Amino acid sequence: MAYSEKVLDHYENPRNVGSFDKDEPNVGTGMVGAPACGDVMKLQIKVNDQGVIEDARFKTYGCGSAIASSSLLTEWVKGKTLEEARQIKNTDIAEELELPPVKVHCSVLAEDAIKSAIDDLLAKQDKKS
Amino acid sequence: MSAETNHFALFGLEPRFAIDLDELTRRYRDLQQAVHPDRYASASDAERRLSMQRSVALNEALQVLRDPLRRARHLLALRGLEWEDEYETRMDPAFLMQQMEWREALGGAREAADPLEVTGRILDEVSAERRRIIARLGELLDGEGAPEEAKGLILQLQFLGKLIQEAEALEAELEEI
Repeated sequence: MAYSEKVLDHYENPRNVGSFDKDEPNVGTGMVGAPACGDVMKLQIKVNDQGVIEDARFKTYGCGSAIASSSLLTEWVKGKTLEEARQIKNTDIAEELELPPVKVHCSVLAEDAIKSAIDDLLAKQDKKS
Repeated sequence: MSAETNHFALFGLEPRFAIDLDELTRRYRDLQQAVHPDRYASASDAERRLSMQRSVALNEALQVLRDPLRRARHLLALRGLEWEDEYETRMDPAFLMQQMEWREALGGAREAADPLEVTGRILDEVSAERRRIIARLGELLDGEGAPEEAKGLILQLQFLGKLIQEAEALEAELEEI
């Protein structure tokens, strides 16, 4: 199956690969997996005191589309508030990367990863206050 | 009532997770013989088509029942629990973390001092976990019930199956060098 140029670009030069310390109070970690293909995705966000996402990291084991979806997402969420980041839809990712129908589930994975990272951060902040 | 075809019934078996694979194979052969196309050489087109369909159905049923993962999933479907994998992305974080560690170790195996040893160790660990899950699935499906817990384990099995596939592919590749 042919990948789009955008997918290839993210696959060959993934942005923001790596991790933050998940125990930091301003770091949210989302871990999700795709049972159908066995892909695993970890997405982390770091927010400042204003609740704006300053930085993001990801680590994905999976196909090119899954890597590209998470790489793109880490670029998109930077500078966004949590609420804005939550609005990102998998269809936006799929459209930007021109994912074929059989690979749309990779973008679903990325959307669920950012939501799970936001939930993790909010749960942490709830506990603190 | 579920719309799912009961593959167990096709072989006259009780819908249980524990299964005698030799008995299943025996029944499969007997049934296949009964619908063999040779028997229908002088039959009408309609009859031939019917025997062909039955043969295909038997084959599909055998594939499902032989595989622990598919058999477990079929049992849950018969009990009314079905799902689309695409929307099942949230799982136990500890389980996913373990998947990531195994994937990482497998990814680095080539650079290890003894790549085959590393690959073999991962395969052993993942296979042991797979056996543990299958045993637990048996307890749940043939005893305690708890369909949601069984579903979670089936999803985990899918990850482990994929991992074993990749580890075996790497092992085969390493052995050729």
